[in-house]
Amino acid sequence: MNLDFAFLTPQVLSSYVLKGFAFSLQLTLVAMLGGIALGTVLALMRLSSKSWLALPAAAYVNTMRSIPLVMVILWFFLLIPLVTGRPLGAEMSAVITFTLFEAAYYSEIMRAGIQSIPRGQVAAGYALGMTYGQTMGLVVLPQAFRNMLPVLLTQTIILFQDTSLVYAIGAYDLLKGFEVAGKNFNRPVETYLVAAVIYFVISFSLSMLVRKLQQRIAIIR
Amino acid sequence: MNWDWQVFCKDTIDGEIVPRCFGGPGDLTYLDWLLSAWGWTLSVSLLALLVALVFGSVMGILRTTPHRGLVFLGNAWTEFFRNIPLLVQIFLWYHVVPALILPLRDVPSFLLVVMGLGLFTSARISEQVRAGIQSLPRGQRMAGLALGFTLPQTYRHVLLPMAFRIVIPPLTSESMNIVKNSAVAFAVSISELTLFALQAQEETARGIEIYLAVTGLYFLSAFALNRVFHFVEQRVRVPGMIGGGQ
Amino acid sequence: MPMIEMKNVSKWYGAFQVLADCSTQVEKGEVIVVCGPSGSGKSTLIKCVNGLEPFQQGEVRVNGISVGDPKTDLPKLRAHVGMVFQHFELFPHMSITENLVIAQIKVLGRGKDEARERGLKLLDRVGLRAQADKFPGQLSGGQQQRVAIARALAMDPICMLFDEPTSALDPEMINEVLDVMVELAQEGMTMMVVTHEMGFARKVAHRVVFMDQGRIVEDDLKDAFFGSPRSERAQQFLSKILHH
Repeated sequence: MNLDFAFLTPQVLSSYVLKGFAFSLQLTLVAMLGGIALGTVLALMRLSSKSWLALPAAAYVNTMRSIPLVMVILWFFLLIPLVTGRPLGAEMSAVITFTLFEAAYYSEIMRAGIQSIPRGQVAAGYALGMTYGQTMGLVVLPQAFRNMLPVLLTQTIILFQDTSLVYAIGAYDLLKGFEVAGKNFNRPVETYLVAAVIYFVISFSLSMLVRKLQQRIAIIR
Repeated sequence: MNWDWQVFCKDTIDGEIVPRCFGGPGDLTYLDWLLSAWGWTLSVSLLALLVALVFGSVMGILRTTPHRGLVFLGNAWTEFFRNIPLLVQIFLWYHVVPALILPLRDVPSFLLVVMGLGLFTSARISEQVRAGIQSLPRGQRMAGLALGFTLPQTYRHVLLPMAFRIVIPPLTSESMNIVKNSAVAFAVSISELTLFALQAQEETARGIEIYLAVTGLYFLSAFALNRVFHFVEQRVRVPGMIGGGQ
Repeated sequence: MPMIEMKNVSKWYGAFQVLADCSTQVEKGEVIVVCGPSGSGKSTLIKCVNGLEPFQQGEVRVNGISVGDPKTDLPKLRAHVGMVFQHFELFPHMSITENLVIAQIKVLGRGKDEARERGLKLLDRVGLRAQADKFPGQLSGGQQQRVAIARALAMDPICMLFDEPTSALDPEMINEVLDVMVELAQEGMTMMVVTHEMGFARKVAHRVVFMDQGRIVEDDLKDAFFGSPRSERAQQFLSKILHH
């Protein structure tokens, strides 16, 4: 068959794809920031010596990590209206789902990061008269965060790719934008190809940046 | 809320509850459908795992050879399949590949999904295999060559036996990921667990029961694979190594 | 014809020159010891002999065969040049016996029984017959290195290369390995040995080569070397080594 990309004019792209692209980015950013924040809390809970904190956090993380993301998306889409009493819309549901889901993965990264900090650092914090919160917030977490930055960013690239799975509940994201354009112009082959190229260019360049960052961090240490 | 597990005993066509929960030929209950969906999930996962192990190992090995061209091929393969979302890759296999390569038109979509999921995962396995080989002491390769082994023999007898032992744990989690990732096959109408969940939930309005059953089966499948890999890991332990018995 | 002949060998890692114009030779039946401070290029030099390290300039011949020639069948050449490494490099997933027979079978094409018999005989010779069914990880460093020597000997080498064979060993294990090497030397094996063990050099070496910063600074008969090394670097090196 002959490929013909001529129909993908700037107008077509902006009316079909731009909205979806914006949502994909928004979803990635919100889920990253929310996921890292919640993930850090979960990590601190899991590392706590109090089992009433550690056990629920471990159960949450392990459950999330053992269910396919698509099923998690479907679960939340089903459950959120039951909890809130009214339908929420696929996009909002996706934002909540991804934040809570990614928190489980980010928490594992943060946990490894915190554990990589020598125990002497905590002792030194306490010895200076700091509270638990100060020791974590001023001494441990900044170091853990810096050590884990490349891994956190790599997870974010995976998150960006995974946002395409909101397809399951029909949310309008980057992939959906291309799919709709492909259907309307009867050129699905071309639109899927272009979608693949765009995802590739974004993910590949981000992972190159992460690699650069990793080398710089390796030198600083 | 009220549970209604009887939903699985219902006939998929008239919604009547079938005694003993299993229907006959051409007359399926939701339980029949669930089990057949589980079968599809397992088939897609296991075949994709096979594809992923073969291609991932080859590409991972190529990346550790002294030949620049082969290293480039392995790197390019890995970057390509790692940086496109799985769902997009599935769509490429389902909508684009058969349109561009006409002989593939008659290939069942099940096999296209197996290739899509398999090659996507091969990029991750290539990373693990490469890391495994590179984690071996450099002297091992030299010792093999110094004994007169050719490079392929050095891989076959010296490097790979140890490298594969090292990568069993990460391969275990990749194999569990494959089961989870096989859920995207619903998007191209493979009648596996997630598609069952979507459709049965719509037909019966008993979403929670349906989702619980499906989630449980995903969990069970991944856990079973985990046990299989754990068994292999135990079997190939090397005496005198860390974690190996005396 | 010398067994090993190196002529003007030079090698660079990028812009950094690791070997500069190195020439020496080892006659049949001769034992030469290569020493020098760490980073002087001695390990790299010995790995050029069997082509484990490629070099950009010069020529290396083993038994008349050019190592740098792309047409040379390197695996075939290496099969008859035994090598012993600093970190033993036994294959951890194989039993001691398997370590001894694998290359005999796969490289030399010997039958299983013949290879096994040869392997066990050499294991006996290094005093480790009882360990035949163990795995490398279950042996001490000294025992592993003796197995590694037996593994090299099982290939019936025409010469042997030793790359710091005792420097990864605990002090109490060094002698058990050196004893095996001395015995080999006294039997007339052609040997090129990178080592700091000057006692070994005094006992069996014919010549001593001293390297510094990628160059061969001294290449003397043993007595001349220990009597009065010509270069200041070698004198300094010797005084440091011998006073420890």
